[in-house]
Amino acid sequence: MSNDDNRPVNGPDGTPEPYSDETGAQSHVPARTPADPIADPGLPPHLWRPTDVDPKAEKRAERQIAAMFIAAMISAVLFVVAYFSFEVGDNWDTFLGMGSSTVALGVTLGTSLLLIGTGIIHLARKLMADAEMVEMRHPAASPPEDREATIAALNAGLDEAGIGRRPLVRNTMIGAVGVLGLPAVVLLRDLAPGDSLDISKLAHTLWKPEMRLVRDVIGTPILASDVEVGDLINAAPEAMFPSEENGYPELEGAEEQAEKAKGAIIIVRMDPDELTAATQPDKWTVDGIICYSKICTHVGCPISLYERTTHHVLCPCHQSTFDLADGAKVVFGPAARPLPQLPIKVDEEGYLVAQSDFTEPIGASFWEREKL
Amino acid sequence: MSIDTSKVASSNGTKAATASKPSPAGSLATWADDRLGLATAMKKNLRKVFPDHWSFMLGEIALWSFVVLLLTGVFLTLWFNPSMGHITYEGSYEQLRGVGMSESMASTLHISFDVRGGLLMRQMHHWAAMIFIASMMVHLLRVAFTGAYRKPRELNWVIGCLLLLLGTLEGFTGYSLPDDLLSGTGVRAADGFLKATPVVGTYMSFLLFGGEFPGEAIIPRLYIIHVLLIPGILLALIAAHMLLLVYHKHTQWPGPGRTEQNVVGFPMLPVYAAKAGGFFFMVFGVIAIMGGLMTINPVWKFGPYDPTKVTAGSQPDWYMGWPDGLLRIIPTGWESVIFGYTISWNVMLPILIVPPLMLVILMLLPFIEGWITGDKRDHHLLQRPRNAPTRTAVMVALMTFYGLAWAAGGNDIIAIKLDLSINQITYFIRVAIFLGPLLAFWITRRWCISLQRHDNGKLLHGYETGIITRSPDGAYAERHLPLSETAAYTLTARDRDEVFHANGETDAAGVAAPNTRSEKLRAKLSSWMYVHNVQKPTRAELEAAHHHAEHEAELQAGLDHPVDGHQFDDHHLRDADEVPLRGDH
Repeated sequence: MSNDDNRPVNGPDGTPEPYSDETGAQSHVPARTPADPIADPGLPPHLWRPTDVDPKAEKRAERQIAAMFIAAMISAVLFVVAYFSFEVGDNWDTFLGMGSSTVALGVTLGTSLLLIGTGIIHLARKLMADAEMVEMRHPAASPPEDREATIAALNAGLDEAGIGRRPLVRNTMIGAVGVLGLPAVVLLRDLAPGDSLDISKLAHTLWKPEMRLVRDVIGTPILASDVEVGDLINAAPEAMFPSEENGYPELEGAEEQAEKAKGAIIIVRMDPDELTAATQPDKWTVDGIICYSKICTHVGCPISLYERTTHHVLCPCHQSTFDLADGAKVVFGPAARPLPQLPIKVDEEGYLVAQSDFTEPIGASFWEREKL
Repeated sequence: MSIDTSKVASSNGTKAATASKPSPAGSLATWADDRLGLATAMKKNLRKVFPDHWSFMLGEIALWSFVVLLLTGVFLTLWFNPSMGHITYEGSYEQLRGVGMSESMASTLHISFDVRGGLLMRQMHHWAAMIFIASMMVHLLRVAFTGAYRKPRELNWVIGCLLLLLGTLEGFTGYSLPDDLLSGTGVRAADGFLKATPVVGTYMSFLLFGGEFPGEAIIPRLYIIHVLLIPGILLALIAAHMLLLVYHKHTQWPGPGRTEQNVVGFPMLPVYAAKAGGFFFMVFGVIAIMGGLMTINPVWKFGPYDPTKVTAGSQPDWYMGWPDGLLRIIPTGWESVIFGYTISWNVMLPILIVPPLMLVILMLLPFIEGWITGDKRDHHLLQRPRNAPTRTAVMVALMTFYGLAWAAGGNDIIAIKLDLSINQITYFIRVAIFLGPLLAFWITRRWCISLQRHDNGKLLHGYETGIITRSPDGAYAERHLPLSETAAYTLTARDRDEVFHANGETDAAGVAAPNTRSEKLRAKLSSWMYVHNVQKPTRAELEAAHHHAEHEAELQAGLDHPVDGHQFDDHHLRDADEVPLRGDH
């Protein structure tokens, strides 16, 4: 069943077009009846442009196009001039907040390109032949005889190969190629060579008993008496700032970065009466000074925005909000777990020190989190 | 087919450019054809016809901005050093001199401040990436809204969706390379996404980063993905996209003489080659001016990456905004521990499940539509969005979902700029992300159907002239005039929709029909899709309406000053003897 019968002949030369339909069972698909209710009036006659019939208009267009190309050349030369006459470096924000070199190079390059583009398009629109042409379409599908020939060739080839008759050969071949996937996968193992693939590192940070809390930029230890109510101090483990005096080993490269990423903490002080039991005020805090991991438990951004009156801290990435007075419980946003709390105390000199490492892995959740 | 070039500008020449004796170019062509057989391949394609419409240019913007990306990207690689080796910056930018940073950040600063044209190229590269992805999206919408994805172009639609996915990944790997504070925060979030993958997530993260985050491997690895792996696949897919375009020939809008069997337009040589070539220069030029005048991604203001620091208002590039928004609106606490293993629904759902699901839905749209309509014919004529109300409404619903998710990705910015509560914005979007698309679907579909009615009104009663006439007995009426034949034909050049009805559950012999359940579902969906649509008038309806209009005209013929209305609009006909000219008002 085909709709071809209903189809009007639209080819300009009056021949019906070959057109394959897979209608078959789709008899509910309506026939194509573009002639209903109005017959196709056919392509409108071609209209001449002023540049086709008026030599003056034609000359004018020619001059316009040439002018654009000449201006493009000038602009390209100006680019070269700007390249050599404007310095970069110390005048990086002299013009529009950017270097004069950047602005001049961008504008001259862009102008040159735009003029070439408009010139060519102007040429196409005004002077090139503009009669629309008609081309006939062909069905996307191959003609049936081609399909048959291809299937015949395919079958002949497969038959001569004899793979179908020899399942043992076929199956072992598929198996052999399949097993090649193993080397391909195993080769990727050393993307994280040796014990750098040891995921148990996620459960540990540099923090250990008696390690001082130091300011994260300058590395100076923090006297408990210096922390005011309402302060938020970004801090780090003292081991991030090794010296002869404190005796911590030097950290380098990837290890230093990883430890820095895990060990970051925030220290806040609030009225001890405001701390809930969740913070273990008697065991893990010092006179209302309380310390949490700085790394968000959602996807691991460092949290930063502290609101003193509500003692909420907000992660700027996805707005998870933690109540620091209530064990850093999540009060808003997509995070699921409180920020891990670092148990702290003061040493004999009055400096804040850790009682131990964090009691759980810090940062984003991961599959084996509870197992480490 | 030949064209009457008698009146074409003489500078174009009236004779074909066949040389009388072998020119150097001619001999070169012969030499090449002797070896490559180019003439056979090119004889049809040189004059291949492309239809003209402004909306066909959107994909071209994507293509040309990709070329600009390749050119500017190669320039950047000449200086960029994708290394996480730690050095102290000593370049021209004073504010960061003496600051420790990775070599990739330092070389980005070097390109920006010590290489002439380097900042221009960096900004052009970034702007071109924005335009690449934005134009792909708008092109995708054009294709969907006009039904261009129907048979035989479904596979090209799928390729297009893959291009959008790869373009997005290419963008993410690209903006992560400078290793500045903002992009490093994005990479850390990406590490969190990897770790949220069940079973293998932690190991995926360790393998990608070469150990614990951040390691020293991620930038070189992202670099080779960004400059080799993804561009290679992009190039191959773009080539396939273009080849299929050439093979299928471009779709066209219906109109007089424009049918399913032909394609009407300008030949590749010279008109389309010139227009497309000129358009490349224009896209390039606009990107150059944007790169020169508009700052983008000023990494020097963010500073080098430090895993303990973050800036307020951290945002990914805009095209990554919608998954980020979904991430932000997940309610607190969606994480479970099952048999001691942690499952982070709060990350999996918005990042690992919904975005891939949306992509799959997008890719399946033409196949779902084809199955419901049962329409297996080739389609080369575009549909106006109003003439496929359900499809249009589905697309608008998807856009609404995207837009709301995207807005959620900027909830902090919205809160600051509009002085609103970020919590309330988030609560609102949590609800709106479900209700908004439904509402958008309903409004769009009704809107389309109203527009269909309006079209039928124009066909049956003519267009509104804006002229009010008063009849002798004092009644006022607006004058309607018939559409031109061209306009009327164009409005009716569409198929009638037909609702699919499932056959009875049993056939004549009492045997249950096969696939009854799926057929029933299909019948329901077909009815849901089509049943409210307004069909074009039949010839009888049209004739009856026109007869009525003639009768009205007769009644008014006795007026002193018969007005046909054309005096007051721009539909008046030219003097028939005058040569009609375009652009000559």
